Amino acid sequence: MKELLEYLAKALVDHPNEVNVSLVEGEKSQILELRVNHADMGKVIGKQGRIAQALRIIVKAAAVKEGKKVMVEIIE
Amino acid sequence: MRETEQTAKTVEEAIQQGLQILGAQRDEVEVEVLEEPSSGILGFGSKPAKIRLFVKEADLSKAQKLLENVLTILNLKGMVDFTKTDDNVRFEISGEDLGILIGHRGETLNALQFLLNVILNKGMEGKRVSCALDIEGYRARRDRTLQILAEKMAQKASTERRSISLEPMLPNERRIIHMALQNHPYVTTRSQGKEPLRRIVISPKESAKDKSGRGARSRPGQHSRSTSFRSTSSREL
Repeated sequence: MKELLEYLAKALVDHPNEVNVSLVEGEKSQILELRVNHADMGKVIGKQGRIAQALRIIVKAAAVKEGKKVMVEIIE
Repeated sequence: MRETEQTAKTVEEAIQQGLQILGAQRDEVEVEVLEEPSSGILGFGSKPAKIRLFVKEADLSKAQKLLENVLTILNLKGMVDFTKTDDNVRFEISGEDLGILIGHRGETLNALQFLLNVILNKGMEGKRVSCALDIEGYRARRDRTLQILAEKMAQKASTERRSISLEPMLPNERRIIHMALQNHPYVTTRSQGKEPLRRIVISPKESAKDKSGRGARSRPGQHSRSTSFRSTSSREL
């Protein structure tokens, strides 16, 4: 999951070296925190959050496969 | 990839020739100068400019690689193929157990297709390509399901004499329904609401009402009542 989010985010942004994903264990679910270069924020969020939403859907699919619950948060 | 080689007195002239041949605009091509022109001495030994023009294209093999990598990361076995027609590209993933990549009513598939388009068109000015993504023939199956649903709901709308609103769908899915019912004798279709909750409403035609002798006036409110109906028949996943 973490790998997948990192891979997709890197493909989306202009500064792939500054993409960072960290996994935080929550009580019920895991949280993936996505950090990117400030200039790339728009690239991972998209118009009306469409890119962010698509990322969440795909990561969710990956999480289901591993039998886990996961949330994606984009950290500013 | 469309390309051409041209020679002319100057580089600029050669580019103009090439653009005409390719039918392209200046910002759609990349120019490689093969030989700089030289005027020579007194007209002897002069050489024309030689250039090569490429039409810039979205890198399809990059997109293919991307999909393959997604499969690998998810530990799925599958093959990615693409076919290209004049103005669109179709990617097709085939393999085993790809259901999780399709998701509920194609949710994951649509998200993946959207991201693929965003990544493919990144940094492309002007010409954008749009690509369609399909997994194990899901789209064709979904189209069929939607056509059956459309037919069923049209039947229901015309026999119960009221409008039926379907669940929210994506533009391409709504198009399938509109098209399936565009020549229907008893119902009309329209879309209402805002994306992403835009949905289709199927209503009985006015003329059909008159014929049955049960005009809208005799049953006020009846034709404007809408019921939400979930397309249970599309439970292929």
